[in-house]
Amino acid sequence: MYSLRLLMSMMAIMGLLWTAPGCGKPEVNEVRLGVNAELTGSKPAVGASCKNAAELLAAQVNQAGGVKLGDKTYQVKLFIEDNEDKAESAAAAAQKLITQNRVLAVIGPNASGNAIPAARICEDAQTPMVSPWSTNPKTTEGKKYVFRACFIDDFQGQVMAKFARDHLKAETAAVLYDVASEYNKGIAEFFKKFFEEAGGKVVAFESYTKGDMDFSSQLTKIKGANPQVLFLPNYYNEVPLQVQQARRLGLACAIIGSDSWGSEELLKLGGPDLEGSYFSTHYAPDIATEKARKFIRDYQERYGKTPDDVAALTYDAGSLLLAALAQAGAPDRQKLRDALASIREFEGVTGKMSFKGTGDPVKSAVILQIKDGRFTYHASVSP
Amino acid sequence: MLPVVAQNVLNAIQLGSVYALIALGYTMVYGILTMINFAHGDIFMVGAYLSLAGALFLLGLPYQLPAPLVFLGALCFSMTLTALLGVLIERLAYRPLRAAPRVSAVITALGVGLFLENFTLAMLGPEPRQFPPLIPAVVLKVGGLAVTPLQLLIIFLAAGIMVALDLLVRRTLLGMAMRAISYNRPLVPLMGVPVDRVISLTFALGSAIAAAGGLMYGLAYPVLDPYMGIRIGWWAFIAAVVGGIGNIRGAMLGGFILGLVEIFTPVFLPSSTYRDFVAFSLLLVLLIFRPTGLLGRPLFERV
Repeated sequence: MYSLRLLMSMMAIMGLLWTAPGCGKPEVNEVRLGVNAELTGSKPAVGASCKNAAELLAAQVNQAGGVKLGDKTYQVKLFIEDNEDKAESAAAAAQKLITQNRVLAVIGPNASGNAIPAARICEDAQTPMVSPWSTNPKTTEGKKYVFRACFIDDFQGQVMAKFARDHLKAETAAVLYDVASEYNKGIAEFFKKFFEEAGGKVVAFESYTKGDMDFSSQLTKIKGANPQVLFLPNYYNEVPLQVQQARRLGLACAIIGSDSWGSEELLKLGGPDLEGSYFSTHYAPDIATEKARKFIRDYQERYGKTPDDVAALTYDAGSLLLAALAQAGAPDRQKLRDALASIREFEGVTGKMSFKGTGDPVKSAVILQIKDGRFTYHASVSP
Repeated sequence: MLPVVAQNVLNAIQLGSVYALIALGYTMVYGILTMINFAHGDIFMVGAYLSLAGALFLLGLPYQLPAPLVFLGALCFSMTLTALLGVLIERLAYRPLRAAPRVSAVITALGVGLFLENFTLAMLGPEPRQFPPLIPAVVLKVGGLAVTPLQLLIIFLAAGIMVALDLLVRRTLLGMAMRAISYNRPLVPLMGVPVDRVISLTFALGSAIAAAGGLMYGLAYPVLDPYMGIRIGWWAFIAAVVGGIGNIRGAMLGGFILGLVEIFTPVFLPSSTYRDFVAFSLLLVLLIFRPTGLLGRPLFERV
């Protein structure tokens, strides 16, 4: 009995110690931003790019003296949480950032499967959230506090469907997508809709589930349907397996993809099988503006590699938040949200975005081709 | 239609061979210790990574080795080290618990699995690794079928390993000792059988076979990540139970059945999402009608 009481009182003391720094005065002159990123799980390259770009932005802002709001200057402080690329962990990470770290706003998650549940948490907690890379319409749909820095899949599906029809002159197409993932499922359906509206025919619409490694039976079916183009709107860690298995089964048609291909890891894992394929994405380092070139240089200097689309979009998401913060004039969630909603035009490293009163920017997409083991600029498509 | 079915069957045999190899490890350990080694899927994962390490080392040598030699080198390297890992796990984690209730050992096995996953994650980072292509990726056309040399290699090597293991268990002194321990563990030491050594050897064998499976899987699906062993481990476990856990031929049969389930589910059902549903339903139905699995006989000739 005695020891039990001792234990309980010790736990109480420890609890006090634990909460003490948090309950006390938070640093008066700091702006807390949360980053909810896919650091582990099946697409760690996405989380790494997001973290890198956010840290680069925070370092640049702090080095330049911080954020000036009224007569005070604030340092940007980042709280980075790993969402393990799982929907439930993404929601938990958002919750932790909001309630425990009491961040002003959250950047991320990036994958739509994680961004949709996290967006619900942020909306309920009335905390602004900007997703850099989530293109599924559901992320911002019906929400007042959720924004994004990228185009949405209605547009992307249309871009790739048109590209397949007009540039590749395909009459028939096949799609293989992950049915358990919001992003893949959404864009696969948009592609099908727009490809058929443009007069083409989707001859095979096959699915699999996250974690599958063997796609041979779906690909055998697709091969039997003999399509002229195969659309793989899947993440960079799965696409190489799918392409390799397709080629091994003797499927020789053109293969196209979406912005989930954009990581350098794709080239490392995919090798020569991907040569000649096209995909749509958010920006191309080849045609960078002055602003983008500076970002690419700074990023390369700090991390020794070219930033991918997630990095560029995270930088834009953070810049968008800071621009809204300057306009809001005070580190207050409600004011920040109103300022974000009032922004109409924003020039980011991924190009010009215009907002039409929703959280979704209107911006152009680029199509890249994999040529000589590199992502090469092919075309830009404006909405 | 026929070539499509034949193509699917061929793919199923390739996948089933790998499942069968992993199922063997579950079944051997169960046969000898009546314990389910849930870390086995992760031992397979470590085997795949060790094969990768061996292959990368041999490919990185200043003189170019012929591809078959690299393959064999990677195979031996990975099988040896994974066998040692299996022995080590048994020695450190399972042997101290041999007298403890069986549930303790099962929970320990789950813990060992988590340890292996997270240790690999911490050591190598979360990025998936690419397995270098050791076998030329040519597509042979055999009467409408697309066959690759890799597919043939996997199928024949797995068959070779299975036949060798079957002979070992049925024809050698070690195999006799293994069967004896599974038949009556308390009595066997009295006959002078070194029980601990036989159990160690069983773990070594099971782990080495899983490593061979890891190399083949890595060649067939060349993206490795630290969590790859989880799903495959579960499927191999179902294979072992479907075939009759404790029975070696049953594990092989179960492996091929599960390969067929995985490949043919998306053929008949709208999506591969139903794979796990079909596999686990098969398990449940089978356990209702044949609780000992297809080839399992209660308390007779396990291992």
